[in-house]
Amino acid sequence: MDYALKRFLQLIPILLGITFLSFLLMYMAGSDAVTELYTNRGIEVAQEVIDARREELGLNRPFFEQYLHWLWSLLHGDMGVSYVTGEAVFAAFLRKLPATLLLTVLSVVLTVVISLPCGIAAAVQRDKTVDSVLRFVSFIGNAMPNFFVAMLLMQFLGIQLGVLPVISGGMDVKSAVMPTLTLAIAMSAKYLRQVRSAVLEELGKDYVQGAMARGVSDRIILWKNVMKASLLTIMTLLALSIGSLLGGTAIIESIFMWDGVGKMAVDAINMRDYPVIQMYVMWMAIIYVFVNLVTDLLYHRLDPRIRLGVSRQ
Amino acid sequence: MSEVTVRVQVVRRDHLRRRLLFFGGLAGVLILAAFFSSSLCPYDPYEQNLAIAKAAPSAEHWLGTDRYGRDMLSRVIAGSFTSIFSTLLLVGFITVFGSLIGIFCAWSGKWIDTLIMRLADMFLAFPGLVFALAVAAVLGGGVHNAIFALAAISWPKYARLARSQMLAQQELPYMQAAKMAGCTPLRLICRHVVPNIAGPLLVTAMLDIGTMMMELAGLSFLGLGAKPPIPEWGSMMSDTRNLLATQPWVTLAPGFAIFLSVMIFNLLGDTVRDWLDPKNRR
Repeated sequence: MDYALKRFLQLIPILLGITFLSFLLMYMAGSDAVTELYTNRGIEVAQEVIDARREELGLNRPFFEQYLHWLWSLLHGDMGVSYVTGEAVFAAFLRKLPATLLLTVLSVVLTVVISLPCGIAAAVQRDKTVDSVLRFVSFIGNAMPNFFVAMLLMQFLGIQLGVLPVISGGMDVKSAVMPTLTLAIAMSAKYLRQVRSAVLEELGKDYVQGAMARGVSDRIILWKNVMKASLLTIMTLLALSIGSLLGGTAIIESIFMWDGVGKMAVDAINMRDYPVIQMYVMWMAIIYVFVNLVTDLLYHRLDPRIRLGVSRQ
Repeated sequence: MSEVTVRVQVVRRDHLRRRLLFFGGLAGVLILAAFFSSSLCPYDPYEQNLAIAKAAPSAEHWLGTDRYGRDMLSRVIAGSFTSIFSTLLLVGFITVFGSLIGIFCAWSGKWIDTLIMRLADMFLAFPGLVFALAVAAVLGGGVHNAIFALAAISWPKYARLARSQMLAQQELPYMQAAKMAGCTPLRLICRHVVPNIAGPLLVTAMLDIGTMMMELAGLSFLGLGAKPPIPEWGSMMSDTRNLLATQPWVTLAPGFAIFLSVMIFNLLGDTVRDWLDPKNRR
């Protein structure tokens, strides 16, 4: 538990950094609530009114004071309102988050389902036909940007075969298939290689030869020993890939009109709705940091070598 | 594990050399074609002709035309200039800038090192494209801003790599010898350290070209990179998105162009990595 506590304490400066950078972004935008309220809506207001309003909101105070003020209200649950809808951004974010999380979880599951067996097969059949074919496929998948994959899927599954709706019609199974598939294809391609090399690395270790020499069957070595050891590496890689997934959902959600936070952010960008963008960036980073933390703690619990402080070599 | 004989190593090395020449040649052709793209286009990529709008591929227009009647082949060729050179510029910039910061950190040590590395950690806390998306949004689009946004999230990787390489070098006897011989710090770094740590940095940079090209295209796709009518592969795809049902070739052609370029650069990157791998040294 000591380790967990230490990790939690290490989190504090990182979280502060995240809030600081998010605030800085907004500050750099050079557009504040007052400008958006009056000028950008085409309302003619006297300069005195603007100045008074700025004074009231504390927008003419020094940068650092503004940051502390912002952080203070953040901790009290006030995260600003959208310039466009006037809705509290945190409430909007929470409302749309489940859709994004659903998409993320589905594509992680699909990625594991595709790449784990394929990666293991490629490692076991190293340099044989299966391995070459799988590596070739993963190579192709790696070179395709996810929006291109999305377009190809739309073209084949949506338009030519007509089995799936091209644009999402809400959070139902049929609408989720294409965005999930798009995200999973891109991830599986990368992931298959990593699983392959993780399993290959374990297979090359001395204990495998030892087990073979003692006549343990290949199947037992692979499933009981090698898998157990390489699962840790695989888990870490998966957690890290959640980072790219969280970013990737923004494009995919807006292509398929999937009503999650990614689409909300892209829409906000087009409408220069900075508080929404700020909220999106900040919470995505916080989610990512916590996913990494949980992975780290799990890793720590599952691997006795790390828990007991023995070096991995 | 079979024993690797000298003979096997020679064969591998020769094979690798051929691969390096081949993919290097392909990448070279791609870059040259991008550089001379304006003279390679069969038609003016900006010229609109509504009379032939949305034409199917034909002998005159191999990839058909878009909804303004612009020749798609010309637009894809012209798009290579922005897409490829902005990627190379981005990768070149983050490699040099990130490495300089890393070397500086390792060399100066103490609190400056801690401060900059904590700053790098802060940037790494943001998941990939999310931060770039926000930076590009705040700066308001355009190729330059998209490059800047991606540079802002990618420099820490190079800074960390260069720092760890530099720290390892500092322990080696040749560094002490050079110092004792009265080498100035600048000369020490330029003449002795950089050639020794360039390998891993180069491999990382080469392998990043493909990823960066896709991410830049992604930002453009969202309208945060090159702005129409400038031909750029990502923005062209998002521009012609609603033609997918009727003229799929118009939408998919720029995608294939990205795919092919990324593949060539990835293959070259893999080959350079194998080439510089000490296991393949003679």
